[in-house]
Amino acid sequence: MAELLRVNNLKTYFDRYDGVVKAVDGISYKVNYGETLAIVGESGSGKTVSVLSLLRLIKRNGRIVDGEAIFDGKDLLKLNKEELRQVRGKDISIVFQDPMTSLNPIMRVGIQIMEPILWHKVMSDKEARDRAIELLRLVGIPEYKTRVWDYPFQFSGGMRQRVMIAIALACNPKLVIADEPTTALDVTVRAQILNLLSDMKEEFKTSVIFITHDITLAMNFADTIMVMYAGKISEYASTEKFIRNPLHPYSQGLISSTLDINAKEGSLRPIPGNPPSLVNPPSGCRFHPRCPYAQDICGEVEPEYKEVEDGHYVACHLVKGGKFNA
Amino acid sequence: MPELLVVKNLKKYFPVKKKFLRAVDNVSFSLEQGETLGLVGESGSGKSTLGRSILRLIEPDAGEIIFDGADLRKLKGEELRQKRRFMQIIFQDPLASLNPMMTVGQNIEDPLIIHNIGTREERRRAVEELLEIVGLGREVIDAFPYEFSGGQQQRVGIARALALNPKFIVADEPVSSLDVSIQAQIVSLLYELKRRFKISYLFISHDLAVVRYLSDKVAVMYLGTIVEMAPKEELYTNPLHPYTRALLASVPKMPRDGERQRRFSALKGEVPSPIDLPQGCRFQSRCEYVMETCRKQEPALREVSPGHFVACHLV
Repeated sequence: MAELLRVNNLKTYFDRYDGVVKAVDGISYKVNYGETLAIVGESGSGKTVSVLSLLRLIKRNGRIVDGEAIFDGKDLLKLNKEELRQVRGKDISIVFQDPMTSLNPIMRVGIQIMEPILWHKVMSDKEARDRAIELLRLVGIPEYKTRVWDYPFQFSGGMRQRVMIAIALACNPKLVIADEPTTALDVTVRAQILNLLSDMKEEFKTSVIFITHDITLAMNFADTIMVMYAGKISEYASTEKFIRNPLHPYSQGLISSTLDINAKEGSLRPIPGNPPSLVNPPSGCRFHPRCPYAQDICGEVEPEYKEVEDGHYVACHLVKGGKFNA
Repeated sequence: MPELLVVKNLKKYFPVKKKFLRAVDNVSFSLEQGETLGLVGESGSGKSTLGRSILRLIEPDAGEIIFDGADLRKLKGEELRQKRRFMQIIFQDPLASLNPMMTVGQNIEDPLIIHNIGTREERRRAVEELLEIVGLGREVIDAFPYEFSGGQQQRVGIARALALNPKFIVADEPVSSLDVSIQAQIVSLLYELKRRFKISYLFISHDLAVVRYLSDKVAVMYLGTIVEMAPKEELYTNPLHPYTRALLASVPKMPRDGERQRRFSALKGEVPSPIDLPQGCRFQSRCEYVMETCRKQEPALREVSPGHFVACHLV
């Protein structure tokens, strides 16, 4: 499969009163055409910043220190503001976690769907109207022909997220970034939205970066999984490989601390401790203070992020030849 | 085992624009000493209102709450205060529920002062012991809540709830705002405490996996009523109400042996407004098995096998 996006050695730092937060500290990944990549991690692991940096949607105190992001042949990080605007919402679009705060509360949803289409001059006003109605039908809004002129507050949470997805798809993007798109939704609605995302992927043949803290969801939904910890990638593999053979102790810990609905009583094995500060991250491997297998070397030398078997990357001193040796 | 808590026909209606939002509508259940009832349901199903009504943090409109032999709704002032000493609550947002101007130690000590228990020295020892129990260690006693991470703050909230040796704790989504690895730590802690102190919990959560892990029996709420209640294993292996079945089916499972789900079983529609409830069964608009009777008559919660209650015409 051909490559749509390749990120090399991305570093995004934030200046804060107590020092520099190295939110994303030298990560490399890729997304192929039609692929769904899930980025999994806890709060503060850098999963969102590692993607929103590409569109420079980071807070004012943040800066991209190093790296390149080759998207469809051009480096996104070298584009000027105007060139970047041509990419945002057209080639790359985003579905955010909270649809209420990301929709404009005083604008009819149809107009909000038309906005990127008209801004990017993809089609005429008349065509854009028809397209907005068609998109609402596709994302499963009942009575879409009249609902298209309603306001966001007239929609329920799940319906608002459908509208967000319609906006994201409006210009036929090559890549959709879905940042925790189902976290704010109730269980039964979450299942609906996940199914919708699957259908839309089929329909539009887009690539998706799915940012989530839910490893169970990632393991079901994605083609490839990338686990982040403290601003670094700890593991990257095809989902098949990841399910069969999760190598990094943090990946194993995430799996064993996730409660499955069929979990046996007393089977929960939490990872001890808390995620580290990114102002003063631990020396060596950033996970070593919480790692049950940590050895002397882990606190001293930062493990290299390397390919241990075909397409399976891990940053851990204890992984050798595609096996975990503790 | 004697029953510690019996809730009978509890109701709480909120007036909304000349109508009523029936947040808790005729809910009954009982809990034995040391038993945990998991309460699941989607947003707006009334689970938190039920939890708070039992503690009378929200004043219920009708019904009985028999706790430890006394009808709480008939108690006032000092009598109520004495009973409530044995009922505590753990909230969802740990930072918002701790006093930011008090140290961690003072936050935990506060209930002891309010109930006039022990000398200053004894209270300090009690607080230190509580800090050990919840896994924080006594050395953090003089820290302030803001210095802590979410998981540590929740441990403080738990220590405070334990301070008065309660018999019953309402845990209202205590792990929902926490990260995965921290969530697992707090669930493990609650699990240990349950076994160690024989406390009864009303464990409120939308997370079906967490509820299964911690509960002895489980009640499923939908739009203010309990639609199904059963011993844990019975509910998860033999769910009878169409809503319970749909809820369980919609949860993604950890894929073992490469068996992945690309599509999830989804219930159609969303929870309707609790203000204008339809006549008949509350679940009718989303139920795939809906019949004529369901639109006319509201199904009663009936015991279909020992301890297994369902409110559905089809069962």
